[in-house]
Amino acid sequence: MAVKNLMDVVEKTQMKEGRGNFRVGDTVEVHLKIVEGEKERIQVFTGIVIGRKGLGANAAFTVRRLVGNEGVERVFPVHSPSIDKIEVKKSGKIRRAKLYFLRDRVGKATRLAEKRGLGDLVKKDETPEAAAVKPRQQQKAEEKAEPKEAKKEEKAPEAKK
Amino acid sequence: MSSATGILGRKVGMTQVFDEKGLRIGVTVIEAGPCKVLQVKTPEKDGYAAVQLGFGDKREKNTSLPLIGHFEKAGSGPKRFVREIRLGAAPSDKPGDDVTVKVLEGVQKVDVSGVTKGKGFTGVVKRWNFRGLPASHGCSKRHRAPGGLGRHMSINKGVPKGKKMAGHLGTDNQTVLGLRLVKIDPENNVLLVKGAVPGANGSFVVVRTSLKEKVRLDKEAKRKAAK
Repeated sequence: MAVKNLMDVVEKTQMKEGRGNFRVGDTVEVHLKIVEGEKERIQVFTGIVIGRKGLGANAAFTVRRLVGNEGVERVFPVHSPSIDKIEVKKSGKIRRAKLYFLRDRVGKATRLAEKRGLGDLVKKDETPEAAAVKPRQQQKAEEKAEPKEAKKEEKAPEAKK
Repeated sequence: MSSATGILGRKVGMTQVFDEKGLRIGVTVIEAGPCKVLQVKTPEKDGYAAVQLGFGDKREKNTSLPLIGHFEKAGSGPKRFVREIRLGAAPSDKPGDDVTVKVLEGVQKVDVSGVTKGKGFTGVVKRWNFRGLPASHGCSKRHRAPGGLGRHMSINKGVPKGKKMAGHLGTDNQTVLGLRLVKIDPENNVLLVKGAVPGANGSFVVVRTSLKEKVRLDKEAKRKAAK
């Protein structure tokens, strides 16, 4: 077996399907399993995803929230078994991959403009994650296809002249 | 079951896995086996006990005739990587037997041998962890130099024998002892070993049951027997 393939095989055993369907700028609830003695309970950490890093089983993300007036950041492995689930509450409108500029802000300035139109794209029978990914890919495909045709049409008349 | 206490393999790469507590462990993925037993060495005949294993196929075109004969004796095609695994007692294997990762089942710790990455001609700072000379205070153009070589009062004795100097680093045989065997996957012939292993990805390695762990277990067994 090819060397690269075997890596994927191993990593796949560590990865949880459906995890990681969130983006930077999203406000998420991270449900953490916390073991106290023999009891297990769920603790929720809510905040904005300010960055993602790593690939495959190594992927991790940083969540920032304000507690009182103090910023708290936690880094979680995306596929960690101690995470019960990750819920996306809001999607922020962002223009960069790492939102480190939020660290310099307090109060109202930490809010991100909410992304619009995502709700319309989500069909009821689809999970929000799948819907969020799908339209984007389709759009790209359409965009790719269109400009070429457009160019051809433009060029054709010129040639005639 | 094979009596081999080790197996040959190939370093695939490093990644991480989660343990039962949800903590991340850095592991090396090793594609190990299936190996063919090419020859069996016994104390009576060879003076020591061992099995010779072969791993990784090679084209016949690139193999010398005597070697092809040697492989054919074991009913095997030519192998790229051939190594012996030393054993305590005469092995129960026969030439031609297959050795898979299952030989390491139940093993806690392993030693992994390989050839380190070649670093070429390197200076003393990298090769011997010298500190070099000062970065400032008038030090000019000699920041990574070895400094004096010793013997400043005795004349005509030259540089001391074995003085650490610049030279070739890497491509040495190296064994890392006592790595935890995190997982065995017989289906994919994969071993997961905690920590790093010598060599580049794709290079051959020998995985043996840990020597130190064996000594420790033997001592424990003895103590129990004494009680």
